[in-house]
Amino acid sequence: MAAPVTATRRATSRFRADKPLTFLLCTLPLAWLTARAFAVAGLSLGPNPVEALIHGLGSWGLRLLLITLCVRPLAVLLRQPRLMRLRRMLGLFAFTYLVLHFLSWFVIDRALDLAGILPDIAKRPYITVGFTALLLLVPLAVTSTDRWMRRLGRRWHTLHRLVYPAALLGCLHFLWLVKADWREPALYLVLFTVLMGWRWRQRPRRRAGIAPALSPRGA
Amino acid sequence: MRRRHDPARPLPSEITPSERYYNRREIMASLAALGAVGMGPASAGAASARLKFARNPQLSLNEAPNSLEDITTYNNFYEFGTEKDDPAKRSQKFRARPWTVKISGEAARTGTYELDDLLRPHALEERIYRLRCVEAWSMVVPWVGFPLGDLLKRFEPNSRAKYVAFKTVLRPSEMPGQRFPVLDWPYVEGLRIDEAMHPLTLVAVGLYGQTLPNQNGAPLRLVVPWKYGFKGIKSIVEIRFTEKQPPTSWNLSAPHEYGFYANVNPSVDHPRWSQASERRIGAALFAPRRNTLPFNGYAEQVAALYRGLDLRKHY
Repeated sequence: MAAPVTATRRATSRFRADKPLTFLLCTLPLAWLTARAFAVAGLSLGPNPVEALIHGLGSWGLRLLLITLCVRPLAVLLRQPRLMRLRRMLGLFAFTYLVLHFLSWFVIDRALDLAGILPDIAKRPYITVGFTALLLLVPLAVTSTDRWMRRLGRRWHTLHRLVYPAALLGCLHFLWLVKADWREPALYLVLFTVLMGWRWRQRPRRRAGIAPALSPRGA
Repeated sequence: MRRRHDPARPLPSEITPSERYYNRREIMASLAALGAVGMGPASAGAASARLKFARNPQLSLNEAPNSLEDITTYNNFYEFGTEKDDPAKRSQKFRARPWTVKISGEAARTGTYELDDLLRPHALEERIYRLRCVEAWSMVVPWVGFPLGDLLKRFEPNSRAKYVAFKTVLRPSEMPGQRFPVLDWPYVEGLRIDEAMHPLTLVAVGLYGQTLPNQNGAPLRLVVPWKYGFKGIKSIVEIRFTEKQPPTSWNLSAPHEYGFYANVNPSVDHPRWSQASERRIGAALFAPRRNTLPFNGYAEQVAALYRGLDLRKHY
């Protein structure tokens, strides 16, 4: 009698560790940036702290957004439907980093000069694109709760497809601001394209009735 | 009001980062020594020697220079990688000695010169210049060097020498950034002859009183303080006098973003970002941006060079 119980407990405890672990991993870049910003243990953000902070937050926000888009393909390909449980947290972390990315630019770099940033948002394409991406993510963050999922029903999935243009615009934002070395943003664009290609291939199969074993659809 | 000097306690002047009161023979000796020392594998890359120079307060800013650490760890030198800390991390294998520079084109005396022969006649001076990067950040750097014009005149450029073209060394084995075509290597730059002859235009061989670190363009680089930093070509191996405007690397890479002139101009934005203000390297996280000055603050000395030139068109 004892053995099966232990096995179940073990499985349950492993099952429950994934969320706290993901949470912890997602906070690491932020903790690292914060420690450097406050000179913890002799760390620093380097000779250009504002740039290091803005770029650090932006890069991790984009990476987390793309990781969020990897969740469903990974869950299907690895036959690990549990991974889906992590998707909301990853998406919200991506959003948090990107909000902080915007705020560090607006508050620290531009010293809250609203009249100054509005023309930049309007006329500098890479800023326009990045800001649009952030705006697209706002309704997704707001409707990320169980209550909103229930309230919106099938429309929730439709709404949350906004994550695709947001991620694409995020990649373009990055690509557009580099001077000549497009390798890292290009890598993200390739990853985005692969992820979208996978989703495209999944589509007809679902229509044909061979729905994936996973219940949460959409993003 | 100088106090008696206790030999056990060094004067403040003796512990300043830049050693300033050497005589000329010592610097020649140290340069020569560097030539020999640079051959040893242990010192390759990191070899640095004190230079003898005189300060030039007339042509120096009254601002505090950035720290040596800032100046040597925050660099755009794509030959070593595109991250700001790549040049400091990835330039250790670079050998700045022995070094030759080829002088060619529209001049009476051309040929390939040993670096020491090239530098020997020139007295070095320290000039504290502002450096404004096209990426909207700036630094204050205590360069050690001499006017480029003094060097160029020795080769007796003829009347067809309207421009001067420069080329950086091409050594992918020592410069890992050159193994990927981020730019069309080798890096090339150019100046109009009157810009090249302007007394502010400097050939820098050192900073903070020491020979240039590899990441800052060893063993010799150009410094044109009223232009964006990318005009300051590093690790120069060729200087050519030309009649036609020479190609320049960033202009070839993105002609609508980087012009031949590249004068610092707060009223002409980069197509993707504003050039109206800049962030000073080494400033605190919450330090405000600074307004960028026309010609990087050197308008009084250089604006006359561009009289009648549409600076919007010739950015």
